[in-house]
Amino acid sequence: INHVVHNGGLYKRPFNEAFEETPMLVAVLTYVGYGVLTLFGYLRDFMRQWKIEKCQNATEREEQKDFVPLYQDFENFYNRNLYMRIRDSWNRPICSVPGAKVDMMERVSHDYNWTFTYTGRVLKGIINMGSYNYLGFAQKEGTCQEAAAKVLSQYGAGVCSTRQEIGNLDKHEELEKLVARFLGVESAMAYGMGFATNSMNIPALVGKGCLILSDELNHASLVLGARLSGATIRIFKHNNMQSLEKLLKDAIVHGQPRTRRPWKKILILVEGIYSMEGSIVRLPEVIALKKKYKSYLYLDEAHSIGALGPSGRGVVEYFGLNPEDVDVMMGTFTKSFGAAGGYIGGKKELIDYLRTYSHSAVYATSMSPPVVEQIITSMKCIMGEDGTTVGKARVQQLAENTRYFRRRLKEMGFIIYGNEDSPVVPLMLYMPAKIGAFGREMLKRNIGVVVVGFPATPIIESRARFCLSAAHTKEMLDTALKEINEVGDLLQLKYSRHRLVPLLDRPFDETTYEETED
Amino acid sequence: MDVKSMKYYVYWLYCQFELITCSYLMEPWEKLLFYTFNITVLVMLLYTAYIFVHVHVSTAFHFFLHLFGNQHENAVSIVK
Repeated sequence: INHVVHNGGLYKRPFNEAFEETPMLVAVLTYVGYGVLTLFGYLRDFMRQWKIEKCQNATEREEQKDFVPLYQDFENFYNRNLYMRIRDSWNRPICSVPGAKVDMMERVSHDYNWTFTYTGRVLKGIINMGSYNYLGFAQKEGTCQEAAAKVLSQYGAGVCSTRQEIGNLDKHEELEKLVARFLGVESAMAYGMGFATNSMNIPALVGKGCLILSDELNHASLVLGARLSGATIRIFKHNNMQSLEKLLKDAIVHGQPRTRRPWKKILILVEGIYSMEGSIVRLPEVIALKKKYKSYLYLDEAHSIGALGPSGRGVVEYFGLNPEDVDVMMGTFTKSFGAAGGYIGGKKELIDYLRTYSHSAVYATSMSPPVVEQIITSMKCIMGEDGTTVGKARVQQLAENTRYFRRRLKEMGFIIYGNEDSPVVPLMLYMPAKIGAFGREMLKRNIGVVVVGFPATPIIESRARFCLSAAHTKEMLDTALKEINEVGDLLQLKYSRHRLVPLLDRPFDETTYEETED
Repeated sequence: MDVKSMKYYVYWLYCQFELITCSYLMEPWEKLLFYTFNITVLVMLLYTAYIFVHVHVSTAFHFFLHLFGNQHENAVSIVK
């Protein structure tokens, strides 16, 4: 169902998100496939148990066979019997900078993916559709690299301390001021690891007696942080504002479960772009709800910072909202800035509190100086402060690439999830054999893709996830699209029943509602 | 030329069967086992169909022939 929502003037631009339903026949056939693999899994487990076949996976020792079994749950069964068969699509070793084209080491397996050997050959020039390189800053030459090299020769690579002790460099202070200016908030703090930013700071913000309302499809770091904090967690349906409002109403009306006291804090955890779905959060509605019910908002812009918005300032700018409405703006430097680490931005009191009470600030080593310099240079480039228009050109190139790629894939007849403007493009595969086949066929045609299955996605909804980049030229995208078309015909992946009318490249204005013909 | 495209089409259909039933991922001995099982079941089904359906169809055919034959005789006698 296509949602084109004009919600009482909250949205200044059309919000196009579509999650086409799984066709019934495809779902049935997927279950058939999984059924066959499960039967063969049981057969292989039986043979391994009775020593007919050599057991190559981890098992308990002979002395521990009478203990509570460790490897009998579904996850381990799946790992042994299904994941091992298609394992060669993951953990592929790359040996160059992950830009628009990447070099990969070729490897073969002679015992059906239990062990790999390197042939010694390097596959050069594989088009990289899997790296989170949204603005193309993963480069080995250019201003960013030169600045980072200079700082490396000045400061060295290691810091050897935490931020609170003696690891607070002047580079970190410069970075934090720059990040605060970039986001439009009062103050910001940077950490060495994006995952740790979420999981270590949410426990510092909420505790027992607080309520966390988190989206169904939040990232593992947010879930871990929420669970570590000890607060009560309630889940609302993915991007569903009615579900969120119902939960908020219940929370305010009924209070804490047993004592009926009011909640100390209500924190809403959402992400800017959800990386498995490619959907964008309905931020205007979330902010309206937050203000109405007086709760706090924690926005994780891991994928959307630098990738959305006319000047790359993220999902807040994309919707034209005020950054001061979001209480805690979190993001990572891994995706659009070509570095590593995360940041939290917000009011000065909040950040000063986090400097003292966050686990990450107290115990984690601070960021490495060349990485800090890479972020500073790339952020200045995006803002245009280095005197060139390279940053702005990249942001626009990414937006164009996104629109073009998504439109072409939809025209070909694939099922694509997510919002029209998100640079993360999930293409549905559904069947387990097609996961392995897609990864292998695309590598044969010199294109590197990331395929995702259970447990990162629901078991029948496996997908191939493309991450577009400003470094991809139109020729690269055309090559990739041609190969995807071929592989789609070969593996019969064109499940979509909505045939999209080919756009005549007119701007998408308020008067176009239906673009599909059934 | 049509034979070639026909052969390619049949090969493509076989590839789809392999992908859907996940025999694409199986080791050769597993594939042998799976195909043997499938072909055995298919042959048995066809044999059962041939034996029973043939008997039922011929019985039904004779029944209806007898019915219509009688009717024809009756109709003819009335008209006369």
